[in-house]
Amino acid sequence: MSTQYNVLGTRPIRHDGADKVTGRAIYGADFHLAGMLHGFVLRSPHAHARIKRIDTSKAAQYPGVKAIVTADDFPQTPDRIVDLGEGPTPLSYARGNVLAKGKVLYQGHAVAGIAAINAHVAEEAAKLIEVEYEPLPCVLTAPDAMKDGAPILHEDLKTTELGEKTDRVSNVSTHFRHVLGNSDERFAKGDLRVFEGEFDTATVHQGYIEPHAATVLWNNDGRVLVWCSTQGAFVVRDVTAVLLDVPVQQVRVTPTEIGGGFGGKIPVYLEPVAALLSKKTGRPVKLLMSRRDVFEGSGPTPGSHIKVKIGVTPEGRIEAAQASLAYEAGAYPGAMVGPGTMCIFAAYDIPNVTIDGYDVVVNKPSTAAYRAPGATNAAFAAETIVDEIAETLGLDPIELRLKNASKEGTRRADGPKFRRIGCIEVLEAMKASAHYNAPLAGPNRGRGIAIGFWFNAGLPSSVNISVTNDGSVNLVEGSTDIGGTRTSIAMQAAEVLGIPVERVNPTVVDTDSVGFTHVTGGSRTTFATGYAAYEAAQDVMRQMKERAAKLMETDAASVTADKGVFTANGKSLTFAEIAAKLDATGGPITGRGAVNPKSAGGSFSGAIADVEVDPETGRTQILRFTSIQDAGKAIHPSYVEGQMQGGSVQGIGWALNEEYYMSDQGRMMNSSLLDYRMPTALDLPMIETIIVEVANPLHPFGVRGVGEANIVPPPAAVANAIYHAKGVRMRRLPMKPSAVMEAIGM
Amino acid sequence: MKWFDYSAPRTLDEALDTYASHPHARLLAGGTDLLVQMRAGRKETDLVIDTKRIPELNELHCNGALTLGAAVPCCRIYEDAAVKSAFPALAAVASIIGGIQIQGRASIGGNLCNAAPSADSIPLLIALGATARIVYKGGERSVPVEDFCTAPGQNILQPGELLVSIQIPKPEPHSGSHYLRFIPRNEMDIAVAGAGVAVTLNGGTITAARIALASVAPTPLFVKAAGDALVGQPATEESVNKAALLAKDAAKPISDMRGTADYRRHLCAVLTRRALRAAIVQAQEA
Amino acid sequence: MQNKVQVHTTINGEEVDFLCEPRQSLLECLRDNLNQTGTKEGCNDGNCGACTVNLDGRIVTSCLVLGVEAEGRQITTIEGIAKGNQLHPLQRAFLEEAALQCGICTPGFIVAAKALLDHEPNPSEDRIRWWLANNLCRCTGYDKIIRAVQKAAAVLQEAKA
Repeated sequence: MSTQYNVLGTRPIRHDGADKVTGRAIYGADFHLAGMLHGFVLRSPHAHARIKRIDTSKAAQYPGVKAIVTADDFPQTPDRIVDLGEGPTPLSYARGNVLAKGKVLYQGHAVAGIAAINAHVAEEAAKLIEVEYEPLPCVLTAPDAMKDGAPILHEDLKTTELGEKTDRVSNVSTHFRHVLGNSDERFAKGDLRVFEGEFDTATVHQGYIEPHAATVLWNNDGRVLVWCSTQGAFVVRDVTAVLLDVPVQQVRVTPTEIGGGFGGKIPVYLEPVAALLSKKTGRPVKLLMSRRDVFEGSGPTPGSHIKVKIGVTPEGRIEAAQASLAYEAGAYPGAMVGPGTMCIFAAYDIPNVTIDGYDVVVNKPSTAAYRAPGATNAAFAAETIVDEIAETLGLDPIELRLKNASKEGTRRADGPKFRRIGCIEVLEAMKASAHYNAPLAGPNRGRGIAIGFWFNAGLPSSVNISVTNDGSVNLVEGSTDIGGTRTSIAMQAAEVLGIPVERVNPTVVDTDSVGFTHVTGGSRTTFATGYAAYEAAQDVMRQMKERAAKLMETDAASVTADKGVFTANGKSLTFAEIAAKLDATGGPITGRGAVNPKSAGGSFSGAIADVEVDPETGRTQILRFTSIQDAGKAIHPSYVEGQMQGGSVQGIGWALNEEYYMSDQGRMMNSSLLDYRMPTALDLPMIETIIVEVANPLHPFGVRGVGEANIVPPPAAVANAIYHAKGVRMRRLPMKPSAVMEAIGM
Repeated sequence: MKWFDYSAPRTLDEALDTYASHPHARLLAGGTDLLVQMRAGRKETDLVIDTKRIPELNELHCNGALTLGAAVPCCRIYEDAAVKSAFPALAAVASIIGGIQIQGRASIGGNLCNAAPSADSIPLLIALGATARIVYKGGERSVPVEDFCTAPGQNILQPGELLVSIQIPKPEPHSGSHYLRFIPRNEMDIAVAGAGVAVTLNGGTITAARIALASVAPTPLFVKAAGDALVGQPATEESVNKAALLAKDAAKPISDMRGTADYRRHLCAVLTRRALRAAIVQAQEA
Repeated sequence: MQNKVQVHTTINGEEVDFLCEPRQSLLECLRDNLNQTGTKEGCNDGNCGACTVNLDGRIVTSCLVLGVEAEGRQITTIEGIAKGNQLHPLQRAFLEEAALQCGICTPGFIVAAKALLDHEPNPSEDRIRWWLANNLCRCTGYDKIIRAVQKAAAVLQEAKA
């Protein structure tokens, strides 16, 4: 990287830092309005049941109760297909997940909302709501749900088979296929060594520490004012408007600070309910999820059943591959199986590929995105098989991957050709790493590696920058800041403007106050909103040059700018000097940036894991872990490292202990942070990071998103490490101690 | 949570009076189980009696034998030099119940009254031969800890009866004890299985041994036979293995989200073996 | 009876009286009754540590303490860690080491870590990990948090020397 930057690549302190270390930052549950009521959401105890009757009369009499709502309180607009930020979906499904209508489809499915003078009263009163259920048989896994005769969740759900809508009512919403070359023919030649396996992964949750929270005031002027913790204020606005059947103009969403999301705070759960309650009471209503609600009533990421078959020449060239991925969408269609199929072999240049994807509904919460959604499940399967190939052929696992690595021009089975990508660079960095070259001695220890890919998203973002007369600028954006993006966006503006990043005040504003900005998700914020900031800053610079030209009595074209100094005619003026004279030179300067990149240039990531397995208990301890990722350009290296470390540890949790442990009746048995077992500080070593920088041609500074790809390889890397420690191939996540012990033999 | 009233008596008599007149009251020590269970709707009451201001329940006294007030939080146990020296295994157990924040509140007495099959302190208390001192209006009684729990979440306390303290006798010379649990994480977890052991040596011979298990029966399980089998045996790996297999055979676990019955039985042997080894080393060094 | 209880306590060095229902946790009282929302709720059953406060010199999860139990006690919350405009070295270290991403767990971590450094000025990495095992962070993987605590320990040591 030869480009010299002044701001990019430095590690400034985040603009919102002081508020977040002193407790002043206002998160979703911290928001307060005078006269506010507190709500409670009654949820289904059944995984699958018909709602025969809801009687709220007793609850309504409970002292302190102000209003109760059910699905019947939604405007009964006819069903239609709506696009609410995550692809087209029937309105009835979107509405049905917020408050169940006719049937409950999972334990935890919201049935009624209640507003009262405090949360205890609301909760006690909710016990008096009488719901008569007719329990129905439930189905909890994709393979079971796909069987003939399986309980059917949606009587109106007809399978779309290879692009064609069929008349078959089933739990398979969609079956699709990607084909490249002819894998059947290639396997049939019989000259390939064939490796195959079947894999299962459990439903897991994003595990953000802040439960969902929303406060809504249906104001007397008809406006619906929302304050909530969300990854996308504009998505909340649009969904709320559609569900309430009010014009988008009527809804204003103010995003509070957000305590983690990882994809799970894109869907809308509480806001429409709080809005209905506010409409009934004329008072602001706050709704909070409990931790149990978060597990049982928000959107985890799909469990899956995956088959992989790979054919390789004796020299280690992968010639053919097939995969079948069945993902559990939960109660409504939309499992992240599409991205899973697109990512499963993305790291490899394979001429003959067939991939089948099945989107399957089951009686579990409607799933949501989780950090590279769909890709981690897929990589667990594919990268385990690739490790078996390397071992069987006697090849170094990195060498085997390098031999087959995707590069610019490689065509993926789902169609597109890669632009410039960093797969090879990531593998080379792994090979050269201190970790990979360090010996690992001792019994019951093993090292595993894996790599993974995630696309990253483009999508619309808007930024406005206004120049202040002291030479600072105010930057207004619509991306909620989950991990320091105020600063990574401000840094890109500062780089263009030639001023220190401390001279930029970034503010995240409500949906009335900035142009449409898509979710903080898909690793897109530093990429796309950063891009918008770049454009807005360019707009400011164009105007600043005009002002400089006026002051220096020349034309704008002859003004050059470098590090905040504008030069022409042998004269120079600083950014601040021009800013001080805005009134005299034509008035305020506002720059606008609005972008809508269609693609983002994906990111590759690798993981190296050293583990020790207790041979008597099956327990796996992570001894050392390194995450390697192509960041394109690392804007704020500390935050890039932080993303890599956080994604790695979520991947380790997914690998070792996290799961929705379901009873046969579809009850989640471990819906607490005690029993869900996310990693604690004591379970981990330091997480080493290696940032690779292969500039992304789709971004002016070469930025690639870094939020997601890092979670993709860890489960496979840990599985491979367990194999090299104990000689057992784990085919199911999580690889909890009992499962490893069973594999080793008790 | 349902409304309840709160009372914080300053004397044992006051507490017993209040309890006698409110037999459905719930006793609060650290609250780390009670508040969670009440919030989850598993326990209800209209009166909570806070026991933390009653002097007898806050007594921690070690003169070889140990008097452990029922409301003494875990942190006081592992910070007490005399306890640490005389009962290192107890100090160790107190340091693995929850995290630091929990240990500032949770008490061993509460752990015992909560009567969870998975309670970490109870197998060790049984192994150490502890008794529960129970007081009621007009009298008191003493019960061996192994008889205290009657079912998951149930104990022998009658309405109006209060656990005041746990009494642990002074260990014989050349004794050692140890508790080991198996959890998937390194801390902040519920035992999949646990084993508490105590042994006394005379030279190379085991002269006394008690073994109890966690999470493998409806109550913490005293496996008398496994301890008895060690008496008179040399302190060898062979003896340890024999006792571990007896412990395993005595376990009656269920399969649930924390582990299968087979896995738990397997763990009983592993944990008993490992705990015995550690206790024997401690006894040899004592 | 259904009578609220008046509680007299000390929060961040200031004497405070508040009225609460006995069923309210200290966490609720701080947040809802006293509008001190720096202390966060993540699980309400003692397993995430986001609500950690210091009670008479010991850290506790305030969701597992009743508000009425605060009577006569000394409480320090995240709002009491900085001295006026001066951030505590732990707060500075968390910013400098990028030890927070979303920041929701940060108040709990800082209150917990301060209690450690108050008593053990130079803890090992293992000791820090042990001490903080009751505080969950889902963003950072803990690496930068551990480093921030180590850095603050060094800064505090230096200030003493």
